[in-house]
Formats: sequence, structure tokens, C-alpha cells
Amino acid sequence: MRWMWIDTIVAYEPDRRLVAIKNVSLAEEHLHEHFAADGALPAQPVMPASLMIEGMAQTAGILAGSVRRFREKVVLAKIQKAEITADVVPGQCIRYDARIERVDPMGAGTSGTIERLDHRTGAWEKIGETEIMFSHVDQNMSGLAFPEHNFVFSDSFRNVLRASGLGHLMD
Amino acid sequence: MAIPRAEIETKVSEVLESALGADAEDIVPTAILTEDLGAESIDFLDIQFQLEKKFSTPEKPFKIEQGELFPENMMSNPDFVKEGKFTDAGMKVLREKMPHVDLAVFEGDRNVKGIAKLFTVKSLCDFIEIKLKK
Repeated sequence: MRWMWIDTIVAYEPDRRLVAIKNVSLAEEHLHEHFAADGALPAQPVMPASLMIEGMAQTAGILAGSVRRFREKVVLAKIQKAEITADVVPGQCIRYDARIERVDPMGAGTSGTIERLDHRTGAWEKIGETEIMFSHVDQNMSGLAFPEHNFVFSDSFRNVLRASGLGHLMD
Repeated sequence: MAIPRAEIETKVSEVLESALGADAEDIVPTAILTEDLGAESIDFLDIQFQLEKKFSTPEKPFKIEQGELFPENMMSNPDFVKEGKFTDAGMKVLREKMPHVDLAVFEGDRNVKGIAKLFTVKSLCDFIEIKLKK
């Protein structure tokens, strides 16, 4: 099973934009290690920035895959930019807003903004920006052969799309 | 409207600094994108996308078609590459499609492994200049 770092998709504009949400919960075990109490320092659970980049990569990857109706195996190829300027803590919500910049037979370029919602204020606040490139791996094989089935867009992705009312995109 | 060569060179340099994290002083006309500036395969697509953005204007979009700047889908074609070397037909296609690269040195060897060395900073600037004149 693939570890999904988005919970649901809340907006989709074909070939242009996809927005996903991630709820951050203290029930997630990894938060207890990041960061655990250390001597006099109390525990300080925050969402790891690397996993926020993964969440954006999943959001933008689904968008890039949707452009060619998930026929291409879309793999993360390059993170050109990833800036995250604030922590996200349990109880807050992350919004990944991904946009297609350019699609080519060889791959896709995307840009994204990361926002957090603090339920106490009810306000979304921008906390990051990304630029991520994806490769259509079958077009960039360099002599390597990959399995014929689309191992990138597995059941985990399908389930998120279906639960978000976008299952038809993968039919 | 034609863009002066100096402006093309500045913009190409900015793209390479951004896409490859290269230092400005290393981006000289003879610098090879792979060997000297550290470009890997996906960087070529990044460079292509960034050049499009850099040279597009609201009046005239600058779009680079697949295989226009860098050779693509040629290596697996037995008409163009046999036993690791470009055939006469392959060389003909390279000459026709890639007037921006200097094939003089490559003619003797023709080894596919050497093709990446053809792409220098100068070849990118030549590509832009030729394409903008069309």
C-alpha cells in the first residue's frame, strides 16, 4: 500500500489545477518522534516539511497524471523549489494547491502553494511554495523497461479520487 | 522583434543558473551542459520549460516542440542508431533538425554516448537565436 499524504481532493480544474487537503492529527505516530521530548525540552509535534513536500508531490502528481488520463506513469523527477516558512501542528489542516505550468510528452512542470488552517482563527495562511517536475517515465526510459501496468497510480490513489468524487477520471 | 545576442546569452545564463544551480562564472559559451554544468536527463526538460517561459511574450508564445532542442526518440530507432553509433540517416536528421549544434567533431565518432557533449551554452544560445528569427 502506498502511504498517502493527502486526505481528499477539494477542487479540480481539468488540465490546470488540483487542490487537496491533509488533516494533521496527533494520532499520527510519526509526529511523536518529530519531535519527541528530550531532557528538559518538551515534545514538540510538528508535521515534517519533507512530508509536506511529499503531499504536494502527490497532489501535483495526480494533476499531472490526469492530463493524460493516467495513461502515463508520472514520477517525481525534480524539486526545483520548496520553501516552507512555518510549522503545521496537530489540529491544523494543510491545503495543497497545485497548478500545471507546462506539459510535454516527456513530462510536466507544476507550481504549488501550501497553506495551513488554524481552526481557532478559521483563517488560511500561506506557508510555502513549490515547483516540482514530473517525468513520464515510459518516455524517458534510457534503456530501462518498466512494468506495463501503471504502478504509480495504484489503488491508494484511486481510492482518494473515488472518495473525492473524481473516480470517473480513472475509468 | 529580434532580441540582441547579449540579451539571449543573459537569459540563457539565468535559466542555467536556476535549472542546474550552476555558478554564473562557469556558464561560458563552451561549457558542456552535462560534463561542465552537471545537467542530468530531467534537467533538459527543465531547461526547455524555463527557456519557453523566459522567451515568451504576451504577443508571441515561445514553444519548443519535442525533439526540437535535444534529440529525442532517435536512440531507439534502428534506422538512426546501429550498434551504438549514428547511421548516415541518423546524422542527416541531426543536421536537419539541429542546426544549433556543431556536428563537425561528432561526424568522425558518431557514438551515441558522445551526443550529450554537443550541447553547450553556445548551442542553446544559437538555438534561441535561430528560432526567434523564424
